[in-house]
Amino acid sequence: MKNIRNIVAVSSGKGGVGKSLVASTLAVALADNGCKVGLFDLDFTSPSTHLILGIENAHPREEKGVVPAKIHGIEYMSIIYYSGGSVTPLRGEDVSNALIELLSITRWGELDFLFLDMPPGIGDATLDLLRLIKGIQFLIVTTSSVLAFETVKNLARLLKSLRISVIGVVENMKMNHSNIVRSETEKLGLELLGEIPYDATIEKAIGDVGRLRRTVFASKVEEIRARIQ
Amino acid sequence: MFVLHEWALAEAVIATALEVADKEGLNRVTEVVLKVGELQGIELEILEFAFSQLKRGKLENANFKTVMAKAEFQCRVCSHRWVLDKQKLDENAAEAIHFIPEVAHAYLRCPRCESPDFEFVEGRGVWLQTVRGVS
Repeated sequence: MKNIRNIVAVSSGKGGVGKSLVASTLAVALADNGCKVGLFDLDFTSPSTHLILGIENAHPREEKGVVPAKIHGIEYMSIIYYSGGSVTPLRGEDVSNALIELLSITRWGELDFLFLDMPPGIGDATLDLLRLIKGIQFLIVTTSSVLAFETVKNLARLLKSLRISVIGVVENMKMNHSNIVRSETEKLGLELLGEIPYDATIEKAIGDVGRLRRTVFASKVEEIRARIQ
Repeated sequence: MFVLHEWALAEAVIATALEVADKEGLNRVTEVVLKVGELQGIELEILEFAFSQLKRGKLENANFKTVMAKAEFQCRVCSHRWVLDKQKLDENAAEAIHFIPEVAHAYLRCPRCESPDFEFVEGRGVWLQTVRGVS
């Protein structure tokens, strides 16, 4: 992974806040703007980025390891290549072993950004990445709900105590004009990178990247792209 | 399977065996035994050839032996133990499990109670079992 300038774990304390959509759409936006981008779905038991990006028949190439398939300009890696979409129940130890196996066999090209779509919470995948990847950065996704943001606070505190860089926080599915997430994010010493309104059209864009690019969601992610590129 | 996997493994084993030899005060290593889990999908012939080409220093005249550990599972629900029967796996599943052994959970169930909650008893990983030599 030495040829990767920025390794960014897209993370959250809670599930269902839109990590995979933010990670996938941000990867597309950066690739569309000429960046070399990779996306690695680390939510092994519930992968979904392949559904968002409409990936069906892609396979990595075997060459001194495994070279990710390039899709929509993104070097893409997922356990889905190996599980074939079958349900894959894994305990923590298995998650760690699969993560280490995939990290060691995958040969990424020279990348500006590699996004890691994380499973929710502060579990095995997060702890393994903190242990194994020096210089890893985090992008934290939350909703406006206090339930989601409380878990973000815990994640942010952990990362701060370990001196891990946090690029910023994204507030997703915003349905009101409240500034609570913004002010709470600032209290944590973090930057609110973007506020994405609830977008009812997003569901119909799942699996169709052309349509995804035209959503309000994508236009807000584009603003985030401009801030981090 | 990709060939350099075996060469990289051979290099790592040699480096580790040299460290062990130094630590144990061996001047010359006569035998190195490596146990290789079946699920790793290592081609033993390629690995042994890589050893013959890469061995050096105190390992120059060492005899490298590789032992394959059969893949064995134990169900966490009913405690049943069983050995992997490759014949029952289709080619894609076998290939996937060789790359990422944990995806066995996508393809295998306990033959007794059909639970997918099982552990790898053996057949996962690589162990340096013996480094024998002369002080």
